[in-house]
Amino acid sequence: MGDHHHGPATGVTRWLFTTNHKDIGTMYLWFSFAMFLLGGFFAMVIRAELFQPGMQLVEPGFFNQMTTLHGLIMVFGAIMPSFVGLANWLIPMMIGAPDMALPRMNNWSFWILPPAFLMLASTLFMEGGAPAFGWTFYAPLSTTYAAPSVTFFIFAIHILGVSSIMGSINIIATVMNMRAPGMTYMKMPMFVWTWLITAFLLVAVMPVLAGAVTMMLMDIHFGTSFFSAAGGGDPVLFQHIFWFFGHPEVYIIILPAFGVVSQIIPAFSRKPLFGYASMVYATASIAFLSFIVWAHHMYTVGMPLAGELFFMYATMLIAVPTGVKVFNWITTMWRGSLTFETPMLFCIGFLVLFTLGGFTGLMLSIAPADFQYHDTYFVVAHFHYVMVAGAVFSMTAAIYYWLPKWCGRMYSESMGKTHFWISFIGFNITFFPQHFVGLAGMPRRIPDYALQFADFNMMSSIGAFIYGASQLLFLYNVVATIVAGKPVSEEKVWDGAEGLEWTVATPAPYHTFEEPPAVPKPVGTF
Amino acid sequence: MGRVFSAAAWFLVAPLAGAGNQINMSPGVTEMGGNIFELHMLIMWICVGIGVLVFGAMFYSIYAHRKSKGHQASQFHESTQVEVAWTVVPFLILIAMAFPATSTLLDVYDNDESELDILITGHQWKWKYEYLDDSGETVVFFSNLATPQEEIYNTQGKGENYLLEVDEPLVIPTHTKVRFLITANDVIHSWWVPEIAVKRDAIPGFINEAWTRVPEEGIYRGQCTELCGAYHGFMPIEVHAVSRDEFDSWIAAKRGIAAAQTELAMQTLSVDELMDEGKRVYDSACLVCHGAGGEGGVGNAIAGSPVVLGDIAAHMALVADGVSGTAMQAFGDQLTAVDMAAVLTYQRNAFGNNTGDVVQPGDVAGTKNG
Repeated sequence: MGDHHHGPATGVTRWLFTTNHKDIGTMYLWFSFAMFLLGGFFAMVIRAELFQPGMQLVEPGFFNQMTTLHGLIMVFGAIMPSFVGLANWLIPMMIGAPDMALPRMNNWSFWILPPAFLMLASTLFMEGGAPAFGWTFYAPLSTTYAAPSVTFFIFAIHILGVSSIMGSINIIATVMNMRAPGMTYMKMPMFVWTWLITAFLLVAVMPVLAGAVTMMLMDIHFGTSFFSAAGGGDPVLFQHIFWFFGHPEVYIIILPAFGVVSQIIPAFSRKPLFGYASMVYATASIAFLSFIVWAHHMYTVGMPLAGELFFMYATMLIAVPTGVKVFNWITTMWRGSLTFETPMLFCIGFLVLFTLGGFTGLMLSIAPADFQYHDTYFVVAHFHYVMVAGAVFSMTAAIYYWLPKWCGRMYSESMGKTHFWISFIGFNITFFPQHFVGLAGMPRRIPDYALQFADFNMMSSIGAFIYGASQLLFLYNVVATIVAGKPVSEEKVWDGAEGLEWTVATPAPYHTFEEPPAVPKPVGTF
Repeated sequence: MGRVFSAAAWFLVAPLAGAGNQINMSPGVTEMGGNIFELHMLIMWICVGIGVLVFGAMFYSIYAHRKSKGHQASQFHESTQVEVAWTVVPFLILIAMAFPATSTLLDVYDNDESELDILITGHQWKWKYEYLDDSGETVVFFSNLATPQEEIYNTQGKGENYLLEVDEPLVIPTHTKVRFLITANDVIHSWWVPEIAVKRDAIPGFINEAWTRVPEEGIYRGQCTELCGAYHGFMPIEVHAVSRDEFDSWIAAKRGIAAAQTELAMQTLSVDELMDEGKRVYDSACLVCHGAGGEGGVGNAIAGSPVVLGDIAAHMALVADGVSGTAMQAFGDQLTAVDMAAVLTYQRNAFGNNTGDVVQPGDVAGTKNG
């Protein structure tokens, strides 16, 4: 530790005024976990109501509030901030920088998040209830027909957008300007690469989302008709704008997850990442394609045939770079020397389930077949395979992988493995049957359903309770590690780990790389 | 708690006893549905094939290349040939998939030369059907959920077609190319009947097209598939495909009823007739929000309501025009003059609202024209 430097301030001001990337990363991670539990609680309400046919626990209007807030909180409150937290902790340490490039802005981009989510959650207690139009908030259900709380929702979305844009600018500025001498772009760890590309996506599309909600605000309060056909506007315009944001958004969620997996699989295979350069190109291709496929979410709105064909072909193309990534990960494992600690288990879980989600994604890209899949539980199953088993599993892997470096203590491996198996089994019991009910004709976002869907829905609910409970074990394991885990002091906690973050002391000192390190050797060679 | 445990126990045996649970898309009854089903299966089996190869390699590696068996790690990390191969081969597979996908899509979009046109309008939360090929009286009606509230709220056993049954189904002839013109009155809905392979969004201010040709007589059920508000889950679709002859006599009968309605609107009805008809209209149009006893719910209470007890013209205007920004819709276009007169009379005299007021169909027409 640089002993001539001060450590953290004491008390609450440490957290309020901190500009330290590690403190801010920690706050992002804890905040996102709190949101994960809140969004998960809403999911439990949804699954409890759907446990049996008939209305049991909540009213249909409240059910819609739950699906809406579950989606919004998981996407904007849990997954996105968790990866920003990871970026804060790791990017400076991975590229040999002392901190983020814009530390005060970093503080601000975190601290505007809690008030925004407090405001969003408070809509539950407002007259007319919380937003009940789905996380995709299609107009005019979200404008003319929305509860008054929609205005607070719009304000919250604006704040989240500002936070994300500031966070991304910070990441871009850090990666472009603060790499240690010798750390060329093509030597950067994959996690840094995926985040750099993600940050550009965010800067490109968050303003589009801001535009969409601003137009909603104008329609609601100032008499414009952007999304009302009666006034010369177009409800479908909303969907085009939303998905021009929304499709890159799902890659914003998944690309950093790809980065995490690309760090962890080589470590436990004791073998360099296969095809580093093609990984970078594949990530960039996915990012580019994400801008020209948005209307595949809208195959049933009545687009012209030419548009339908274009979006179908472009969407199918995404399978190519995504396939390259999956092949590269498996080839990384091939002829390695594999061990199966908790982070590796979650990465293998990711690999299997994300690939299944990819297959259903390819099926959904086929426009004529999508006429039967669209807005059914088949879609719900698809995006939970890529979002939960993709993003959340890889995030969990990341926590187990880097936690010993962050706090200098080892988590309980047996509890970690138990967490993995309960999660993996619970997840599949929850979401696999949803493919079946979707194909059999069950629409999404309904609070009650026909009798032929009853068995699989009950199974799905049981799985959801199992999966939800397993997250409490995760929380316990993390807290127990921080408080009383077995101390570790090796710099390289995992024998196969590579990268600059494993060259600093364990636990990572408050300030690292005040002097730029010598970059040892290119990533991809041992 | 006991129920949870029995459910868990049930879950363990379900895979054994799970007959009757549909797990795949239905090919339905139409040629198009069959084509879409085949396309779906083709893509799925290609994915299964790729999955077997990819996961096979992965699990072999997990089995054979583990450190605990003493496997030493190789250090290879790139191979241009392999990487080019697994970029090009998937691309070729995608091109192969694109051919059947494109031809099926062209078929979906072929809306020409229809023999019967039906305008479908989505309303919160019911469908309106209007037969456009008409000369003479237009046949137009609303199709509401027929499942009683008692079944939904579990005070009564659930019927076989729970949530998939309507009071008045859409009737179409078999072996006829039927074109649907689909739009909406308020928010976006989506009209989906899986068995005849039609799903198209109903968008206010725009008209979408879709078509079907049903070869088999039968009842085909579906639901709204775009979130459209609180009762999105409660606006089913029921299509009765009948022979051409049966269809012709059905539509003739409907025209007769429409003509009779027009006739009826000219007459003066008795209070009992109005109250009976009013209860029927109330139960299908008002009850969900205002309660079976007029006690209110999503909507205000009808019992003792100042609007209902007040001026008749203001009461009628509210029902006809709705209340902007609330769930109270404009019923002016949805109710006939007889329905409107009856439901107003009913509301003003039921639930303890003993105003003694009687509204006649002629009064409604007068209001509209005035």
